[in-house]
Amino acid sequence: MSLPEKAVGMPVFLKRIKFSALPLLGLLLLGAALVSASIGAVSIPLSEIVGGTLTDQQMAVLNSIRFPRVLLAVIVGGALAVSGAAMQGLFRNPLADPGLIGIATSAALAVAIVIVLAGPIAGYFGLYAMSVAAFTGALAACFVIFRFARLTGTFSVTYMLLTGIAINALSAAGVGFLTFLSDDQQLRTLTFWTMGSLGGALWVSVIVAATIIIPSALILVKNARELNVLLLGESEARYLGVDVERLKRRIVVCTALSVGAAIAVSGIIGFVGLVVPHLIRLTLGPDHRLLIPASALLGAILLLLADTIARTIVAPAEMPVGILTSMIGGPFFLWLLVKQYSGRFGL
Amino acid sequence: MINAENIVYSIGGQRILANVYATFTPGKVTAILGPNGAGKSTLLKCLTGALKPDEGKVSLEGKDLRDYSLTELSRRRAVLSQANPISFPFTAHEIVVMGRNPYSLEKTTASNAEIADEALTLVDAWHLRDRSYPTLSGGEQQRIQFARVLAQIWEQEGACLFLDEPTSALDLKHQHQLMDLVQKLCAEKNLTVIIVMHDLTLAYHCTDRCFFIREGWIRGGGESKKLITADTISEIFDLPMEYAAMRFGMELTG
Repeated sequence: MSLPEKAVGMPVFLKRIKFSALPLLGLLLLGAALVSASIGAVSIPLSEIVGGTLTDQQMAVLNSIRFPRVLLAVIVGGALAVSGAAMQGLFRNPLADPGLIGIATSAALAVAIVIVLAGPIAGYFGLYAMSVAAFTGALAACFVIFRFARLTGTFSVTYMLLTGIAINALSAAGVGFLTFLSDDQQLRTLTFWTMGSLGGALWVSVIVAATIIIPSALILVKNARELNVLLLGESEARYLGVDVERLKRRIVVCTALSVGAAIAVSGIIGFVGLVVPHLIRLTLGPDHRLLIPASALLGAILLLLADTIARTIVAPAEMPVGILTSMIGGPFFLWLLVKQYSGRFGL
Repeated sequence: MINAENIVYSIGGQRILANVYATFTPGKVTAILGPNGAGKSTLLKCLTGALKPDEGKVSLEGKDLRDYSLTELSRRRAVLSQANPISFPFTAHEIVVMGRNPYSLEKTTASNAEIADEALTLVDAWHLRDRSYPTLSGGEQQRIQFARVLAQIWEQEGACLFLDEPTSALDLKHQHQLMDLVQKLCAEKNLTVIIVMHDLTLAYHCTDRCFFIREGWIRGGGESKKLITADTISEIFDLPMEYAAMRFGMELTG
């Protein structure tokens, strides 16, 4: 019996990390936020932010440009990661993602409709029209998935997945058709939107996104223990007293709201929802009570860093942050597939 | 005490259970036996409340199963299902603690963790405590799941324990350990134990009562030692007499 040495030793070591993981990630997030706020076209040294010795101009830049952007990155990154963690739990599959059930694509379809068909209206309302459209699209997808999942009498996860595939295909076809109809300017707007960017960050978008995302994330955290039990299987969870139907409804609604709100303010940012919960699971284990809040923090940190790089690397121009996250996330996803094939996930 | 009255259950016009009447008494281990597709697991699911029968009713301690809330029910009965694939790297101990979910609001985390440890010790799996569940062998996983089910009704007197082929992946030693444990707990805590099983020899030795079921009908019920004979086996399982005698005759009728 030489196994226990490693098998028993690891978790004890990990437990020690687990206790301090959340405060540690919180500190990291704070640090990343300060650094990100200090970087940009107008130089605002970190020491001056912390020390409070700022000129009026620096103050104005921080207040109207940097802070909203930093906060938006934090909220959107957190929302995407939390939704990913919840979806992976719901589908009992570590490779699930909010994109899987068609929420992101149908948001894209709604935005495409606004950009291409409602040209003059969009002109008046600009960014607001696109945000409202994205949110409506995400909720519409959620509603359709609900109706189909209920066809089986229970709230079938398999039906949700299959409905999601159909929604994805239909929405992609719709976006394709609208792309075909669009003129050059519309095409450009649409393409940039699907690549995701936090460039439009305003206090309004921060507040709107936060009022939807924070309560949804808190509800998911509150249901974390039951989400753990759900991983035993739906009937097992029911035997253990979990109201499985209600739990599944809550997860889907909160996820759709979070992802919808995130997409509405930032466009489509890929792979944060998939990769972040994985990193947490690899280091802290699969317990949702820790996984969900830790994912929120790490998602916020990673998107904040990605966005800081995206807006500085090709300055004065700006790279869509969605490209960056997908460029890092894609290879990582392939690596995960290889790991799953070799039969070992996580610890 | 579980009472099934006139249970009828069909799927897509195919009748799985037909007018099943059965009573399961506390302090007794009862086996449900029968060939593949006889309706054993369906009957078990109807008795646990996982399936709602088309007709008839199941009552637990005299109260209709439909009148129980999920939490109430989860404290009065525990169920071990057949296969439990989990693709997330929970440790064995974490899985067993999930069995304490019905008590998570009123019992402390520490006391629940302690009960989980004791349950793991009972099923001879304490050494697997911190191993990742997906990396365990089938038999080890089955013992962990059994520990989880025990943790669920740990301090309950007279609760019900449903086991669907609990020994299917276990080696001989652990098969007997598990059945001994089931018998011991059944007597100590006055449990109503209902086991679906295929191993007739094990059923003969380790259960008090049994029901034979075939094509959805109860074909007989009574004391295991009297009922499990080469004659009944041959009839219920459509097994030529010489095979039945070969397997069970020498030991059971001789």
